[in-house]
Amino acid sequence: MARFLLKRTAFALITLVLLSMIVFATAQLLPGNVGRNVLGGFADQRSVDLLNHQLGVDRPVYVQYGRWVGHLVHGDLGQSLEYKVSVSSLLGPALLNSLKLAALAFVLVVPLSILGGIVAALRQARTTDRVITVGGLSLTAVPEFVTAIVLIVIFGVAFKVLPTTAQAPPGAGFFTQVEYLLLPAFALVAVLFGYIARITRAGVIEALDADYTRTAFLKGLDTPTILRRHVLRNALLPTIAVVATQTGYLIGGLVVIETLFNYPGIGQRILIAAQNKDFTMLEAGVLIVGIVYLAATLIADTLYSLLNPRIRYGAAD
Amino acid sequence: MSAITIPLQQSEARIARRETLRELGRSKTFIAGALIVGFWVFWGIVGSRLTPLDPLAQGDTILARPGPGHWMGTDTLGRDVLSRVLAGATGVLKIAPLATLLGVVGGTILGLVTGYFRGFVDEALGRLIDALLALPLIVIAVTAIVALGASNTTLVIVIGVIFTPLVARTVRAAVLAERDLDYVPAARLRGEHAPYIMFVEILPNVTGPIIVEATVRLGYAIFAIAGLTFLGFGIQPPSPDWSLQISQNYALLAGGSYWWTVLFPALAVATLVIGVNLVADGLTQVLER
Repeated sequence: MARFLLKRTAFALITLVLLSMIVFATAQLLPGNVGRNVLGGFADQRSVDLLNHQLGVDRPVYVQYGRWVGHLVHGDLGQSLEYKVSVSSLLGPALLNSLKLAALAFVLVVPLSILGGIVAALRQARTTDRVITVGGLSLTAVPEFVTAIVLIVIFGVAFKVLPTTAQAPPGAGFFTQVEYLLLPAFALVAVLFGYIARITRAGVIEALDADYTRTAFLKGLDTPTILRRHVLRNALLPTIAVVATQTGYLIGGLVVIETLFNYPGIGQRILIAAQNKDFTMLEAGVLIVGIVYLAATLIADTLYSLLNPRIRYGAAD
Repeated sequence: MSAITIPLQQSEARIARRETLRELGRSKTFIAGALIVGFWVFWGIVGSRLTPLDPLAQGDTILARPGPGHWMGTDTLGRDVLSRVLAGATGVLKIAPLATLLGVVGGTILGLVTGYFRGFVDEALGRLIDALLALPLIVIAVTAIVALGASNTTLVIVIGVIFTPLVARTVRAAVLAERDLDYVPAARLRGEHAPYIMFVEILPNVTGPIIVEATVRLGYAIFAIAGLTFLGFGIQPPSPDWSLQISQNYALLAGGSYWWTVLFPALAVATLVIGVNLVADGLTQVLER
C-alpha cells in the first residue's frame, strides 16, 4: 500500500508542476502591458517601464516562471496588481467561504446520491429506477445557475422560505449561515447527484450479480447484512473515486454559483481577477483550485486503498 | 459495436444500419429527446421570423405580468418574453454544434494517432490531460476568452480546443481495444501504411463510441456556453440568448417578484440540455451494447 500511495503522490506532484506551467502560460496569454494596466492610460512611458522592471515582467518568460515558482514554494503568492495588497490576504477568506459552501453541498449530496443509487439498483429497471436515473441524468445536464434560478423562484420568491442571497449578515451564527447557503448548495447538489448516483447504482448492480452475493443469500444471511457486508463494501469503491473527481467540477460550479448569489468565494475572486487582468491573483487562484482538486484526488486514493484489501496488501499495483 | 473482420457486403451494411435506426425508433428516451431538440432546432432556424412579436422591439409596458398579449410577460425594456424565449435558441444552437464538431474532429485524429502508436507522445498527452482536468473547464475558458476577446468565433475555438483532448481519450480507449484484433495486423502485413490503417480500417469500427461521445459533448458544450454567457464571456447582447436574459434580469429576483423574466429562459435552457442528454442516453443504449 505504501508503494501505491507513494506512486500516487509522485504522480500528483508531476501533475502539479505541469499545472503550474499551464497556469503560468495561460496568464501570459492575457493581452495588455502589465505596467500600463496598473498605472492607467495617462501614466508616462518611463514610469510604466520602471514598474514593469520592478515587477520583473520585462524579463524572459522562463526567468519569470522560475521566480514565480520560487516565491510560491516559500508560500508567497505575490501582490494583487488590482488591489495592491497581498494575494493571500484576499484569497484566504475567499477560499474559506468557498470551502463552507462546498462542504455543505458535499454533506448533502454524498448520502443523498449514494442512497439514490442503492435504491435505483435494488429496484432495477422499474419505475423508481427510471425516475432516479433519468431524473439524475437530466439534473446533471442542466447548468447549475439554471437550476439555481428555478430553486430561487420556488423557495425564495413563491414560498419565501429561504433567502435569495448566500451571504449571511455579519456575525450570524452557524445555523443562519447554513440557512443562507442552502439554496446555492442545493443547486450544486442537483448537478452532482446524477453522477454519483449513477456510479453507485452500477457498483451495486455488479455486486448484486456477483457469486459471493448469491452464496451469501444461499447460506441464509438476511438481506440487510448481505447489503452491508457484501454488496456495499464492494459497490462503494468506485463511488469514492467519482466523488473525488467531482471536486474539480464543484469548484468550477462555484464560479457561476458564487456570481449568481453574489457570494465572496474563490470562484468570484478568480472571475474578477480575469476581468481585471489581475495576473498574480488569477494565477494564484487557479493554482489553488488545482491544488484543492489534486489533494481531494489523493485523499480519495488513500481512502480507496485503505478500503480495498487488494491494494492494502499490495496484491495489485 | 462488434469488430467486423471481413468487409461487409453493401446490402448487409445497409441492413445493419436500418436495424440500428429501428432500435432508435423504439427507444422512448431517444424519441422524447429528439422531439425536444427538434422543437428548439426549428425555433433556432426560423428565429425571430415566426415569433409573435419582435424579440428585440421595446414596448411601453415594462415588466408586465404574464397574461393575454404577453403570455410570458415583458422584461425591463418592455420586450415580449415569449418571443425572446423562442428566438433565444439561435445563438447557442449555432455555436455548440460547431464547437463540438471541432473537438470531435481534433479529438478523433489525436485519439487515433496516440492509440495506434502508443509510446512517449501517448504517455505525455495522458499526463497533460490529467493536469488540465484538475482545472474546471469554466476557469480555463474564462482565462482564454479574456485573452482572445469574447466573440462567437472565440467561443467555438476555446470550447473546441478544450474538448479535443477529452474526446481523444475516449477515442484512444476505443482504438486500444481494436488495434490488437486480427484485421489490424493483417492490414499491416498486407503492407498498408499507418494513416490508411488508422482512418480506413480502424476508424469505421470506432464510429459508435465517437457518435456517443459527440452527443455527450454537445450537451456539455451547451452547458459551458450557457455558463460563460451568464458570466458575460459568451454570447454578447443584444442577442435574445437565454443565459443572457437570465444574467440581465436575475438581480430582479432579490426583490421577490418579476420571476417571469428569468424563469422562462431558465426552463428553455433546461429543456434543451435535457433533450440533448436524452438523445445521448438513447444512442448510448443502442450503439454501445
